[in-house]
Amino acid sequence: MSTTDAPLLQPAGPPAEGTDDERLLHRSLVRRLMSRPELGSVVGAVAVFIFFAIAAEPFLRASSLSTVLYASSTIGIMAVPVALLMIGGEFDLSAGVMVVSSALISSMVSYQMTADNWVGVGVSLVVTLAFGVFNGMLLTRTKLPSFIITLGTFFMLTGLNLGFTKLISGTVSTKSIADMEGFESARAVFASHVTVGNVDIQITILWWIAMVAVATWILLRTRVGNWIFAVGGNADAARAVGVPVTKTKIGLYMGVAFAAWVSGQHLLFSYDQIQSGDGVGNEFLYIIAAAVGGCLMTGGFGSAIGAAVGAFIFGMTSKGIVYAQWNPDWYKFFLGAMLLLATLLNAWVRKRAEDRS
Amino acid sequence: MARVRRRGRVVSVVLAATLGASLAGCSSTGGLRAEKERAAQAAGGKAAVNTPRWTFAMVTHSGDGDTFWDIVQNGAQQAADKDNINFVYAHDKEAGRQSQLVQTYIDQKVDGLIVSLAKPKAMKDVVLKAQKAGIPVITVNSGAAESKEFGALSHIGQDETVAGEAVGEQLNERGRKKALCVLHEQGNVGHEQRCDGAEKTFKGDLQRLYVEGTNMPDVQSSIESKLQSDRGIDAVVTLGAPFAATAVKARDQAGSDAEIDTFDLNAQVADGLKDGSLGFAVDQQPYLQGYEAVDLLWLYRYNADVLGGGKPVLTGPQVITKKDAAALQEYTKRGTR
Repeated sequence: MSTTDAPLLQPAGPPAEGTDDERLLHRSLVRRLMSRPELGSVVGAVAVFIFFAIAAEPFLRASSLSTVLYASSTIGIMAVPVALLMIGGEFDLSAGVMVVSSALISSMVSYQMTADNWVGVGVSLVVTLAFGVFNGMLLTRTKLPSFIITLGTFFMLTGLNLGFTKLISGTVSTKSIADMEGFESARAVFASHVTVGNVDIQITILWWIAMVAVATWILLRTRVGNWIFAVGGNADAARAVGVPVTKTKIGLYMGVAFAAWVSGQHLLFSYDQIQSGDGVGNEFLYIIAAAVGGCLMTGGFGSAIGAAVGAFIFGMTSKGIVYAQWNPDWYKFFLGAMLLLATLLNAWVRKRAEDRS
Repeated sequence: MARVRRRGRVVSVVLAATLGASLAGCSSTGGLRAEKERAAQAAGGKAAVNTPRWTFAMVTHSGDGDTFWDIVQNGAQQAADKDNINFVYAHDKEAGRQSQLVQTYIDQKVDGLIVSLAKPKAMKDVVLKAQKAGIPVITVNSGAAESKEFGALSHIGQDETVAGEAVGEQLNERGRKKALCVLHEQGNVGHEQRCDGAEKTFKGDLQRLYVEGTNMPDVQSSIESKLQSDRGIDAVVTLGAPFAATAVKARDQAGSDAEIDTFDLNAQVADGLKDGSLGFAVDQQPYLQGYEAVDLLWLYRYNADVLGGGKPVLTGPQVITKKDAAALQEYTKRGTR
């Protein structure tokens, strides 16, 4: 009401300053940066970095930073598609176990068929993507919350991992595949490292950067990116304007599955044996990284770069505590407190940014 | 319809491609074929006695997919085969649920019970209940101190502190000055006892590092960062076999020359000992814990024999070094060591 009345009561005079009308505002680069979802996490990351640079003397060495980056990348590879999924308004609690499932499939297929390791890697990709499709289809068909659906798949995969491993290999860990053909080339792709000077760069860091780049491009430059934001913001409204909600959500789950495949192959080819009970609980690390990185738990807002920064904060904190040589009894407490502080700082910066723009 | 048919075709193409690839891409090295050739030499288990087919149940505090308990179970199963026993097994890492599992076996009136007492207080009532119901109980692995008090026939296991002490002594012998004890489960009493024992006998400085045992990259990067931040560390002791190989990777990444030693044994550890990437392993012989427990229950049923005289029967520590590794490689591969 008041909006329509306002012009009548207040005859339009010449605008005092053109810049006051936000529709006409030419937003400066600084202001545009301020509204980015990852801004808060970047500030948090800088704070955590400075903190450990002061608190832990070895933290600033190049070799230490490469260790921190490795720790960050193993979480970061998964955090990127998990962030996309969160922007799309859904969760995936099966992500941590799916990584181990993917590694187990690859290892057992190769071993049991005495096949080249690449055969296992290929079969694993197909099956892992099928897990993603399963999650997505079940979600869109049943309309149940993703929390329930993926909790179900979480338990199912945990059971399948144990059951199948025990059934097929007779023990709860897989047999070593290190002496089989294709191992060296697969290790080069998934678990190698290059030495620059005296610093080791793990290949997972490259995978991580590539995934962030691709995800950012999808989110910001393609139609699919708009769909993801739309289904996360309001799925019904998105459907009404012709966004393929079902396809988008299934695609997002397949993205998580793809990353789980990459992480799983990394696990397999760097340790050549896989414990079937591993991976439980890691799904929370991915969600934490995405949340610290500015993805809203309710969907519709966030970025891939933010998730990467979130993973980096996690990597810095978990390893910084070791570099600082703090009393290990309090390890988990420090970890939790640092993450909470980073998130609070993140939220505070974002709020200030929103107020100003 | 057309869409359905197309989807079907896609599926069959994928399947055909996978099958084709797997037929074409055979590995001429390793794999199941090599294992089968090895297994052909191993013997199968047959009952050696004609006592009645009693049912013995084992309930442990093992988590899901624990390699250690897998070997205990293998030992128990083979003793059961030999003794004509029907062997059943259940596990839960949470003490309350573990005691419920024991209760279900009491309800089933099994002929013997084997339990581990990782959290003795939670297990006390149910163990006493079993004896009231006339079921003999043997404790394995953890609970040496409580076993007698709870009225168990015998305890079979390793004293964790004694095992830790053996590690400390071994480190002294190897001239180590600064060791790192890597705990993969925070709050596990047995793990603390192992590090305490090592600390007691080790003449140098022993530090502790807690890592997330279910997340291998975390284990690796944590050990790596510890080795980078403290160049003086010349020995890393992991508390479980799967973590030894990871510690080796971490050491290489960190450019450290610390020796990696470990508790427990598996195929990778045997290989590592043989090629010199690991220093020594302290084995508590889990196979023996399972095997002896079933065998002692059988002896008690058959002949009222009891072993240990109220004192725990120790299955370890056995220190394994490079010279033992070659002989043990074969046994670790078949999952009995």
